[in-house]
Amino acid sequence: MDIALGGGMTRGGLHEIFAATMMDEPSAAAFTITLALRASNEKPIVWVRQDFVGLEMGEVYAPGLNELGLSPDRLILVQARDGPDVLRAAEEAARCSSVGAVVVEPWGNPKTLNLVATRRLSLASMRSEVPLLMMRAGGAPIPSAATTRWNVGAAHSTCLEAEAPGNPAFTVSLLRDRSSAPGRKWVVEWDRDRRVFKDISSAPSTTLSGGMVSLPVSRLPEARAGTG
Amino acid sequence: MTAGMTLADARARIPDLWVETADTRGDAALLDAIAEDCDRISPVVMVDPPDGLLIDITGCDHLFGGEAALRLGFSRRMQRAGLHVRTVIAGAADTARALVRFGRIAIVPPGGDVQAVRSLPVAALALPDLQHLTLLRAGLKTIGELADRPSRLFAARFSEAMTLKLARIQGLADPSLAPRRPIPALWVERRFADPIGRNEDAEAALAELMSELCSRLREHDKGARAVEASFFRTDGAVRRIAIQTGRPVRQESVLLRLFREKLDALTDPVDPGFGFDMIRLSIHSADSLASLQESFDGREAELNEISDLAARLSARLGAGRVIRFLPEDTHDPDRATRAVPVAFDPVASGTWPTPAAGEPPMRPSQIFRPPQHIKITLVEAPDGPPRRFTWRKKEYEVKRAEGPERIMPEWWRAGAFDRTRDYYRVEDSGGRRFWIFRAGAYGGNTAPEWYLHGMFA
Repeated sequence: MDIALGGGMTRGGLHEIFAATMMDEPSAAAFTITLALRASNEKPIVWVRQDFVGLEMGEVYAPGLNELGLSPDRLILVQARDGPDVLRAAEEAARCSSVGAVVVEPWGNPKTLNLVATRRLSLASMRSEVPLLMMRAGGAPIPSAATTRWNVGAAHSTCLEAEAPGNPAFTVSLLRDRSSAPGRKWVVEWDRDRRVFKDISSAPSTTLSGGMVSLPVSRLPEARAGTG
Repeated sequence: MTAGMTLADARARIPDLWVETADTRGDAALLDAIAEDCDRISPVVMVDPPDGLLIDITGCDHLFGGEAALRLGFSRRMQRAGLHVRTVIAGAADTARALVRFGRIAIVPPGGDVQAVRSLPVAALALPDLQHLTLLRAGLKTIGELADRPSRLFAARFSEAMTLKLARIQGLADPSLAPRRPIPALWVERRFADPIGRNEDAEAALAELMSELCSRLREHDKGARAVEASFFRTDGAVRRIAIQTGRPVRQESVLLRLFREKLDALTDPVDPGFGFDMIRLSIHSADSLASLQESFDGREAELNEISDLAARLSARLGAGRVIRFLPEDTHDPDRATRAVPVAFDPVASGTWPTPAAGEPPMRPSQIFRPPQHIKITLVEAPDGPPRRFTWRKKEYEVKRAEGPERIMPEWWRAGAFDRTRDYYRVEDSGGRRFWIFRAGAYGGNTAPEWYLHGMFA
């Protein structure tokens, strides 16, 4: 999965990430950040966020991001008032090839976000080869020029001693992929120290037993590795 | 009628006198508006309350066709606005200040300051009443009579302040003046015989000025950090637009682009009204480029690009909206990080702690400010984590929990929270991870309260 994701994301292009429910926005955002982290090649990450997301689901908290593996020194947060501002700032950032990755997070479905707008973003990103990850908090899918579309939710972590919550875990499904059949689903755990996702799909996800699952990185169709 | 007369006296002389209460605030506002308008003469304008203005016209008069023409033009402009002004051009600020109130000379020729003030009454020194009276009693009536005597006489009898005043009024010492706006390090301006009313023309003029400014910067081997464009309207209004950059810049294209961003994003666009008759570009902060040589090092170029991007975004959205985070040394989660505008501080970096290997995140990736109140619907042990809680009208069932992590209030800081907090990391039945805390303890005077502070990945 790592290889697949990494290979698929490092090149320019627009990728959409939806949250399974509104309550999964923090998980989806963190998943997006970890993707950006892997795709950014140690360059700065620009996160463009609409103010309302922060009010609704919590503001970006640098110490927490640090613990996810993103050193806040590498993050530039752009707070935008409304949808048009978000898209404009995102396009500006995506044009700058010195940026490692752009995370863009509008709220809901801004009126200006349509097929044309996503194509513009996608083109800007392809030209500069800066991956553009669009978090669609509280949004519904619309026709877009995105290369891939994901749905992300929280998943049970493999718990530590004394029933303590463990590493970040996500339920990830690929809704759309330009180059291969969609509809695949994984449960992955983020390993900050090695900067990789571990597939924990086959572990019983509702277990409370506390057993540590250690699965090898699963081999997914290699076809994804080369796609942009 | 003279100023300072009592109302009864004045009424006695003119029975049907129109009386108005003095509006000192209005007067001050008017004076400030006039000062703003005077900015077109020179950027160094000082307000001399209650009714004076000082303008440093050093090197400016030739733009108006000489001192006499400048003075005449200014008086006419004020007259058109319905104001009667007295103006004096002199070599020193205090000389002009004294002459305008007590003298009859309009323009003091260079070097003629000492001579020009000789015949002024000692009142021009604006001394305290008692000192003024003492001087008059001693038979000293004019500045000239004072100047003829050795100054140490007055220093001994009165004070150093008095001799200093005497020196200043003769233009022999320069007072330290506080201009109402910071004096730019460098500026270029363009005046238009015919006011320009179209935005395209204004933009073209701005571009020309920018290229002039950048060549000046190259001469000085400097780069601009803060640039301000002032648009002077014929009706006296002045609109100022300022931009900032994270690093010294002297490429016209970069600076112009920042201005365009800023102008585009204005909620109340720059309105030419009846036209601009002058545009000025001034640099308020410049840095030498020596430390930032245009190297071909890839890393350097990358940093510059990022810094330019941040400057453009800041110009459009506001500097406070393009931020980065610095760590703070505190246990208070709300203060553990500080946001700084990237435009002001592009390379600032703090030392963030390296997370312990193998540990899950102990701090959430998103935080609620302020923490959100939650209602606990089920607890197992009074001191333990809750089993069920309600937030935003929805109930969450806690499946896993870790804690407490106790954080004490930092009472020595103003505005710190005041009750000890016990933090728990909990995971609900859907796999979502929350950071909740209990403020206060059971068995105290006030019942503890529960809050949701953040969300984990």
